[in-house]
Amino acid sequence: MNSTIAFRNVRYAVGGGRMLIHDVSFELQRDETVVILGRSGSGKTTTLKLINRLLDPTSGEVFVEGKSTGEWDPIRLRRHIGYVIQDAGLFPHFTVERNIALVPSLESWPEERIRSRVHEMLELVGLPPGVFAKRFPRQLSGGERQRVGVARALAADPPILLLDEPFGALDPITRSEIQKEFRDLQKRLKKTIVFVTHDVREAFLLGTRIGLMKNGQLLALLPADDFRKLDHPEARAFVESYS
Amino acid sequence: MNVFDVMWTNRSQVLQLTIEHIFLVAVSMAIALAIGLPLGILMTRMPRISRPVLGFANVVQTIPSLALFGFLIPIPFIGGIGARTAIVALVLYSLLPIIRNTFTGISGVDPAIREAGRGMGMTDSQLLWQVELPLAMGVIFAGIRTATVVAVGVATIAAAVGAGGLGMFIFRGVSMVDGRMILAGAIPSAVLALAADLGLGAVEKRLGRI
Repeated sequence: MNSTIAFRNVRYAVGGGRMLIHDVSFELQRDETVVILGRSGSGKTTTLKLINRLLDPTSGEVFVEGKSTGEWDPIRLRRHIGYVIQDAGLFPHFTVERNIALVPSLESWPEERIRSRVHEMLELVGLPPGVFAKRFPRQLSGGERQRVGVARALAADPPILLLDEPFGALDPITRSEIQKEFRDLQKRLKKTIVFVTHDVREAFLLGTRIGLMKNGQLLALLPADDFRKLDHPEARAFVESYS
Repeated sequence: MNVFDVMWTNRSQVLQLTIEHIFLVAVSMAIALAIGLPLGILMTRMPRISRPVLGFANVVQTIPSLALFGFLIPIPFIGGIGARTAIVALVLYSLLPIIRNTFTGISGVDPAIREAGRGMGMTDSQLLWQVELPLAMGVIFAGIRTATVVAVGVATIAAAVGAGGLGMFIFRGVSMVDGRMILAGAIPSAVLALAADLGLGAVEKRLGRI
């Protein structure tokens, strides 16, 4: 199996037996970006958490680099996967520098290597280290925080990146700027990316393929152009909201 | 003779009883912290135990302090006459604010931050030490401060079980119907409580600035 991430008949139910994910199967090739589109509560976030094992499937299996997540040590697995969430989830008591250095420090990189890596990451997301390294998250704008969130996720150079509505809380102008920056970043870095959003514009801008989720089911997973032509009411609802 | 003359005449005893008083509070707080902090942390990991533990600590707080000292006297090993009984009672009193604030402080950490930490591959103990405890420190410290101030006050009753402390003057004053003698115990005790409150308050403020 040469897919980076694979779902095989995955179901996920919460305590009361309510199914959040119904029999989802798909495969992701190396270095592709899949955007999963869906309304709130469609199961997109749950799908992401099944990949980095914040959740374990009730039945079925999730494979990361050919190995079932159940066989991965969860800590190793997560350090192998960058994770960005809405509002970035930065640690408020850490400086920008320490936030970005999180995984490298957990992995006990030498001090000097961490420092140069942090600076490299800050440059990468367009934040001059001299200005931003020593700031605290509360001293940043929403867009800057989100850039730091991306830098933190990339710091240990993980081959896989999961993003959960990372730009959802930003104002439209900042969002569109940061989306374009992210697209450039995506081209330069070879990463397998799963990106969850309810913003169809974002999906078309960033996705090599687009998945559509509703009520815990993956209705479709198609290249962006085919998605536009998809004849499904939910897909049409999203595409129409775009025009 | 006014109060201050009484205190001056008995100055060596005032000093000695103040030291005893501080000793009672310090030892009790050390024990209460050693029990309360781990228990509060454990409750955040095992939510099932949080209700019974908080319930117990709550009930203990509702027992009038004099009665609690009285209850402890006949109990073997932990009771009897002397400092040990007083320390047990003070520990029981101080537990609630420490446990409660440790629990609520850690539980109050933004779930998104905790999730980000877990998602980045932090182990539970890394999350606790590097994220949850530092972020909860202000709230935890507020609990320690409350517990200390309460303990300084309750420790005056320790004299009733022969544990010494500034309560000695108060009980002596009550039996001699001598208000000055009561104040000779009450004033230093109030000063101690205020000093503890201000001192720990300053530390709390620094921690809260995070």
